[in-house]
Amino acid sequence: MNIISVRKLWKTYGEQVVLENLNLEVKEHEFVTIVGASGCGKTTFLRMLLGQEAPSRGEFLLDGRPLPNEPGPDRGIVFQRYSVFPHLTVLENVMLGLELDGRSPSARLLGRAFGSRRREARERARAMLVEVGLDAARDKYPSMLSGGMQQRLSIAQSVICNPRILLLDEPFGALDPGISSDMHRLILRLWERHRMTIFMITHDLREGFELGTRLLVFDKTRLDAQAPDAFGATITYDIPLNVKGNRLLQELDAATARTERFREEVELA
Amino acid sequence: MRLVNRKPGRMAALSLGALPFVLLLIAYLVASGLRLAENPDDKLMPSFASIGAAIHQVAFTENPRSGEIVLWSDTWASLKRLGIALGASALIGLCLGILIGIVPYLRAALAPFITALSMIPPLAILPILFIVFGLDELSKVMLIVIGIAPFIVRDIALRVGELPAEQLIKAQTLGAGSWPLMLRVVLPQMWPRLIDALRLSLGAAWLFLIAAEAIASTDGLGYRIFLVRRYLSMDIILPYVVWITLLAFCMDYALRLLSRRLFPWAEAGARR
Ligand SMILES: Nc1ncnc2c1ncn2[C@@H]1O[C@H](COP(=O)(O)OP(=O)(O)OP(=O)(O)O)[C@@H](O)[C@H]1O
Ligand SMILES: [Mg+2]
Repeated sequence: MNIISVRKLWKTYGEQVVLENLNLEVKEHEFVTIVGASGCGKTTFLRMLLGQEAPSRGEFLLDGRPLPNEPGPDRGIVFQRYSVFPHLTVLENVMLGLELDGRSPSARLLGRAFGSRRREARERARAMLVEVGLDAARDKYPSMLSGGMQQRLSIAQSVICNPRILLLDEPFGALDPGISSDMHRLILRLWERHRMTIFMITHDLREGFELGTRLLVFDKTRLDAQAPDAFGATITYDIPLNVKGNRLLQELDAATARTERFREEVELA
Repeated sequence: MRLVNRKPGRMAALSLGALPFVLLLIAYLVASGLRLAENPDDKLMPSFASIGAAIHQVAFTENPRSGEIVLWSDTWASLKRLGIALGASALIGLCLGILIGIVPYLRAALAPFITALSMIPPLAILPILFIVFGLDELSKVMLIVIGIAPFIVRDIALRVGELPAEQLIKAQTLGAGSWPLMLRVVLPQMWPRLIDALRLSLGAAWLFLIAAEAIASTDGLGYRIFLVRRYLSMDIILPYVVWITLLAFCMDYALRLLSRRLFPWAEAGARR
């Protein structure tokens, strides 16, 4: 079964239509990259996946069931910024998820682990820090880290909880290109090792092509100059990236056809 | 170089800081000298010699009847009241502030009430406090708590509201429930904010302390000042005022130092 199914999804804020008639099926362990103009609703889509926003119309299914309406440990997130905890050291930031993991009474009562559970959490956090190349900085506070290190920390923090889905909202947007290529290797390695399904928003088209197994383009299919908010964006291109040659051309044609069909559908409605 | 970019060195900063104090001292000496030359019995601006004698009397001589040194017993009585009141206010402020800041239902229920509460002029309800809590310690401590706790609650609630939504969501994706979220993410980040709020409310706390002591007390710094006022004893009042100021200043400084020591992570990014 598909891990994510989106059917005829609409999202509106008051009069403003942000997303319209969105349809999407995503299988486990896909790496979906999302590009689109600023303000077209990419973050909104991610926030619905997170459970932070509810769809206005349509279905958003996780394993065939409606998404929970609040964030949970099965869906990790890395924001563009502000997603590490300034009062914890690097190591403590990574340990936090393991300590909070809450079936033990001490986790539920104090949000902490003690004794052997704590030692084990520390070991796993250390291993994760080695994996993302931050072990040398483990006793520093986030404010002493560079932007790239903070993002790696934020990724490590999420991945250590073994989320089934990892959401990345322009995680490398603020980094210079030299650093991003390191980050690309890191994220691909983690994706392989931890078998997650990844949704990643990016402004960098090349990054989208390089990393994903599938690229989604969000765009408006209709525009009304008098009322720019009257129509929302949808998935205009859905490009599989692990196929080459003729298959790719066929897929592109299919994507265009789907878009055309969808446009007619909406215009009829 | 622009004025906003010019910075004094360490020595220059120290002497610049001392300058207003020195000027004030000189102004006092001159004015006092002039007044005393005109009328040697003038009590309004006593000479340093008579102030020194008075200090010797209150700060270093045992009272023959009680065997106590007046300044120290006054200081102890006042600091005890202030300490208890500040501690209670901090506790209330931290707990309520965090709850109001993070639990929408509690915010809806309590925020308007706390805001209204903070608008009551505490001195206006002092008589009620005396009636309800009696004339002893409790009513004085209560006056200070009522005076500053609502401010701290509101301040902490605002600071909690300033935490980036990203952080709170991230914590939830790491599996945090409401309670662990407050305990591990919100509370630790509020400690330095609490210390800041306490520092800002020190002035008000002293104000309410002195007021309560002036009206109903048998010891304390405020009591003494208002007692000797009857005899126009400026030679005691002035040193007491300086002493109170010094105490308040030291408390402020100690809190700042404490905050820096305990929460090094909070320092980064501040301009000074
Ligand atoms: N809570 C909200 N209330 C009202 N409007 C909102 C809200 N959140 C988002 N919007 C609107 O939805 C639209 C899409 O916003 P969104 O943040 O999803 O864009 P985006 O594609 O992520 O853009 P960017 O690439 O700049 O991050 C914007 O026009 C924004 O004004
Ligand atoms: Mg966005």
